[in-house]
Amino acid sequence: MNRIIRPLKNFRPSKSLIVMGVMMYLVALMAFGMNHKAELKKEHPAPFIIKKDSVASVKAFAAVYKVLMSPRCMNCHPSGDIPLQGDDSHLHTMFPKRGLEGKGVLAMKCANCHQPTNTPGVHTPPGNPNWHLPPADMKMVFQGKTPRQLAQQLIDPKRNGHKDMQKLVEHADDGLVLAGWTPGEGRTLPPMSHAAFKKAWLTWLSTGAYAPKK
Amino acid sequence: MINLNVNRKSYQLDADPDMPLLWAIRDLIGLTGTKFGCGVAQCGACTVHLNGEAVRSCVTKLSRAAGQNVVTIEGLSADNNHPAQLAWNEENVPQCGYCHSGQIMSAAVLLREKPEPTDQDIDDAMAGNLCRCGTYLRIRKAIHLAAELQKKEGGTT
Repeated sequence: MNRIIRPLKNFRPSKSLIVMGVMMYLVALMAFGMNHKAELKKEHPAPFIIKKDSVASVKAFAAVYKVLMSPRCMNCHPSGDIPLQGDDSHLHTMFPKRGLEGKGVLAMKCANCHQPTNTPGVHTPPGNPNWHLPPADMKMVFQGKTPRQLAQQLIDPKRNGHKDMQKLVEHADDGLVLAGWTPGEGRTLPPMSHAAFKKAWLTWLSTGAYAPKK
Repeated sequence: MINLNVNRKSYQLDADPDMPLLWAIRDLIGLTGTKFGCGVAQCGACTVHLNGEAVRSCVTKLSRAAGQNVVTIEGLSADNNHPAQLAWNEENVPQCGYCHSGQIMSAAVLLREKPEPTDQDIDDAMAGNLCRCGTYLRIRKAIHLAAELQKKEGGTT
């Protein structure tokens, strides 16, 4: 009782109080450290670890190539300036042109018909808020490319939309990439699930992104 | 309630946000100059301007147009005197006329973005507007005339 009413000037903290204080300080320090670490991680994601394995890499790319050359991906990576359409990848009816930014030209902009979401019904315009072709100054053509040519193009920042390894990793979950798996009624899906594609994509990149011989 | 701004006039519509803009324009507001052709953005008969772009109103949901600026053929000019409208009259372009409000709305975007269009520009811009009567050559001729009229007026529309 006496100790409780002791004047502050004579206050001497007990050992247990000091220990508790130090512990609280450490907990606060750790919390700050963890939070700071999370912030840093957000700004600077952990480097993508590459463990080179040419055999596994080329094998994974075979799966990647199948998906990228399917109509759902290739139709918007045409060799010309007109997108492709349908499961047979014919030239888009009405012949809309790429335009400088890949968003169409004049009265024929992509978003004039392609809405933010798929239009209901069979063979109606598929939709996405960001519907476009690659821009005119970096066409990122898939159509007609051999596996070797496409693999080399995909990892070349001068030909892949200025993507470094981290950006390539993230691209597997890009909105337009994902749209390939929700293509609207009447269109076939890519030849494997998005999860399987992503696994193959990351395997290809993490094993060295080797290009096949042909 | 959805706020729709059509031809610089505001409308409060009690409608499903998924309703095609075309239905709202024709059936709720009563502007019937914009036509229904295919319903799947294949023919261009329903073309209107949404913030200046030639959108197909049959596949554009009301929710996309809410609060934005919509212009239909009725609002393209004050007195049917847009250069494209004048040229269409001058060249007697329409046959049955059904597709031409859409044709003119697309031509207006072309003339704004390319005041002196080449034949190739016209083909590129107008390829999404079909005409069952086959008036394509007169459309092309009228667009060239409209470009001249626009130039004489001293500016783009």
